Amino acid sequence: MPTQPHVQDPGHDPGRVVLDAGDIHRALTRISHEILEHNKGADDLLLLGLHTRGVPLAQRLAEKIAEVEGTSVGTGSLDVTMYRDDLRSHPTRAPHKTSLPASGIDGKTVVLVDDVLYSGRTIRAALDAISDLGRPAVVRLAVLVDRGHRELPIRADHVGKNLPTARSERVSVRLAETDGADEVRIGDQPVPPPRTPRRDSEVQA
Amino acid sequence: MTRHLLSIDDVDAAAMAEIFDTAAEMHDVQRRAVKKLPALRGRTVINLFFEDSTRTRSSFEIAGKWLSADVINLSAKGSSASKGESLRDTVLTVTAMGVDGLVVRHGASGAAHQISQWVDVPVINAGDGMHEHPTQALLDTYTLTRRLGSLEGKHVAIVGDLTHSRVFRSNVKALLELGASVTAVAPPTLMPAGIDDWAKAAGFATSYELDPVLPSADAVMMLRVQRERMSGGYFPTAREYTVGYGLTRERLGLLGADTPILHPGPMNRGLEISADAADSVDRSVVLDQVSAGVAVRMSVLYHLLAGEETP
Repeated sequence: MPTQPHVQDPGHDPGRVVLDAGDIHRALTRISHEILEHNKGADDLLLLGLHTRGVPLAQRLAEKIAEVEGTSVGTGSLDVTMYRDDLRSHPTRAPHKTSLPASGIDGKTVVLVDDVLYSGRTIRAALDAISDLGRPAVVRLAVLVDRGHRELPIRADHVGKNLPTARSERVSVRLAETDGADEVRIGDQPVPPPRTPRRDSEVQA
Repeated sequence: MTRHLLSIDDVDAAAMAEIFDTAAEMHDVQRRAVKKLPALRGRTVINLFFEDSTRTRSSFEIAGKWLSADVINLSAKGSSASKGESLRDTVLTVTAMGVDGLVVRHGASGAAHQISQWVDVPVINAGDGMHEHPTQALLDTYTLTRRLGSLEGKHVAIVGDLTHSRVFRSNVKALLELGASVTAVAPPTLMPAGIDDWAKAAGFATSYELDPVLPSADAVMMLRVQRERMSGGYFPTAREYTVGYGLTRERLGLLGADTPILHPGPMNRGLEISADAADSVDRSVVLDQVSAGVAVRMSVLYHLLAGEETP
């Protein structure tokens, strides 16, 4: 089941580009250096991408860190579907793959990587998920865009770009791996489509 | 997904794919140190078992608990049903306590369907008489999918006591929905009445002989001889059944070297399945079925109970 459509509807205002491919490249380069500086090297580092777009971002950061340090760092992916606090307000969907290096996360410096930080609820869910997977020494958060409007006391350690937004606006991140191109756009929130009735609500024959 | 899971007809190929995708993730939870996901936190599931069961009941119980639901087991023995309370009163009483889902096993075909008319919470059929056992079919097809990849065009032989088997009825439908071809094998006395019409309409084959079917089978599903549902006279002796329809050591030679052998359990070793078949390292997937059972039931509970409340 699709999450929010990230390709703009034809005819809808596509918004303006706030980060282009070059900006994204530079932001990730800077974040990778920040992570290394904070961690004093690449030892025990694990970059954990949150589905969907955090996963390729974590991969890219790992590649950049490998270039700089000459050693590979662990990466993984984390799905937080089962940990969300709004499960009951959506139809269910199949969770994505959670994959960790065989060595696990115990004692590691885990850097959560996501594309947009907004309410903070996804990160809250991710922290819960992590505590079921093991006990990292440190957990940090790296995001490409921080658009504000936090609903929980959560902040990012590494931010690609702080983007002041109104709640009515919509930030859409596109990445080459998932969407064919790198860019971040900001535009007006599209009018939500009328909700399609779920098959669940059908009366049993 | 539909609101209830009463029959495998409630699940089309797309819904099965969704259930399998989720189950694959749930499978990973089985290997974790902390086997707990919070998806059903605060929800209560009652396992209402009017018939004996070990694996299905414990499988549903574990599945519910790993999703953080509170799971309560009620069996007919020792409950008020044995004091003469009607099914409807028993069901209304337990749902009045405020449960969020019912898992029902009952000896009467259609019991789960009937119960779903009385209550406004999701009902999962965990076996109703000789009718259906949808989660068994889901876990069997899931096990096969993990082993064989897509089931499109694969040939599955289902062998044994077809008359009394809800596992057979649910599995035929699930396998056909996933594009497999099915041959149902049984002695004439254990072929359900009217199976020819059903086979013709649904598009599967039947056979009174096992040996010609095995060489082309991509998987063999052996069914338990259900002595408790038999009032004698289905076959002359157990020995004769084994000779004709048991998966004996000799018959293993007719199968491919890694053709999966399934059995829903409990097995009557020496009757429908030989120890050589049941313990065959390369072929037997009986224990895979058991662990898949928990993952698939977690997936079903998640999809039926975790999402948006249905009006």
